[in-house]
Amino acid sequence: MDKASQGAASIVFATGEQPLFRAGDRVRVRAHMPIGHYRVPLYLRGKIGVVESVITPAGIDNEQEGFGHNAGSRRHYYRIAVPLTEIWSASAASVPANSPVTAVHDRLYIEVFENWLERPA
Amino acid sequence: MSSVDHETQHAPSAESGPPGYYEIMEIAVRELLIEKKLIGAAEIRHQLEVLDSRSPALGARIVARAWVDPAFRTRLLARGRHTCEQEFGISFYDDTDLIVLENTDRMHNLIVCTLCSCYPRPVLGLPPDWFKLKPYRARAVREPRAVLAEFGTLIPEHVEVRVHDSTAMVRYMVLPRRPEGTDHYTEEQLAALVTRDTMIGVVEASTQRSNA
Repeated sequence: MDKASQGAASIVFATGEQPLFRAGDRVRVRAHMPIGHYRVPLYLRGKIGVVESVITPAGIDNEQEGFGHNAGSRRHYYRIAVPLTEIWSASAASVPANSPVTAVHDRLYIEVFENWLERPA
Repeated sequence: MSSVDHETQHAPSAESGPPGYYEIMEIAVRELLIEKKLIGAAEIRHQLEVLDSRSPALGARIVARAWVDPAFRTRLLARGRHTCEQEFGISFYDDTDLIVLENTDRMHNLIVCTLCSCYPRPVLGLPPDWFKLKPYRARAVREPRAVLAEFGTLIPEHVEVRVHDSTAMVRYMVLPRRPEGTDHYTEEQLAALVTRDTMIGVVEASTQRSNA
C-alpha cells in the first residue's frame, strides 16, 4: 500500500474533491435544457446508463470555459455506457432478430461531466 | 490533378459558391487577431504545419505495432495517449485524451461525434468530410448497423456494436482486427492494410484492396 492510501483514513476531502460515482453505478443524464452550447447531446438527456470508468485526472469543465465563466475549474468526468434501446425508447423485445438497424446488446459510450449526472430513483 | 478534378471530388462540401456566414466570421476574427497582434500569420502557418504532419499513416503504424507486439497492445489499450506519446513521439497538441478501442470477434467499435467533428487529429489528421456531415453524425448513434452496412460492413447479430460519441476531452481510435492470412507480413506490410476508415470503425481491415 502506498503512502497516499495509508493516510486515507484520517484525510477529510474538500467538497467535490472525490468523484460521486464509481464504476458500475447506475446514473441518469440530467434532463437540463440550458440555452447555449453544451457538450451533452440532447438525445442522451434523461437517459439511464452505467458508469464504465472514472476518467482521471478530473478535467477542466469546458462548458464553463467555453462561456468564459470559471475557466480552469476541474470536474470529475465519467465514461458511461447506455444501451441503444434505452436511448431510442424501444423495449428490448421490440427489436427484431437480425435487425438491420440495431441489436439489443448494442450500446453507446460517452464521457459526461459529473454535474450532468444524477442517481436514478 | 487538374482544377476540374479537384472541384468534382470536393463538390458537396466546399470551395464552390460565395463564402458562408461562419467562413466570413472566421476570416474576420482571424484578421482582427492578427491586426491586434494577438497572434501572427506565422503562428497560423505553423499550426497548419502541425495539422498537416498528422495523417492516417501515423495511426496505421500504431495499429501494426499493436498487431505484432502484444505488450505494446496492452499498454496502448490501457493508456492510449500516454503510449503514443512515449513510444511514437506523437504530441497531443489539442490536449485531448485518447482511448484506443479494440475490435474483437465479439465487439465492434464505431466512432462518431454527434455534436461537431471531434476526431483523434493528433494520430489520424483531419477527419473525412462525411464524418463531419449531419447524416453520419445523426445516424451512427440511431441505426449504427444500417450505417455500417452502407460502408459494406455487415456485423453479425451476436457481435456487440459499441458506438462511441466523442464530446469534450476524449478522442477515440479503433484498433481493427488483424486480417486472416497475414502471419508472414512484416510490420510495414501490416501498416499498409490499415486505412483511415478502419480506425474510425466503419470498415474492417482487409488484405483485399477495395475499389472504392
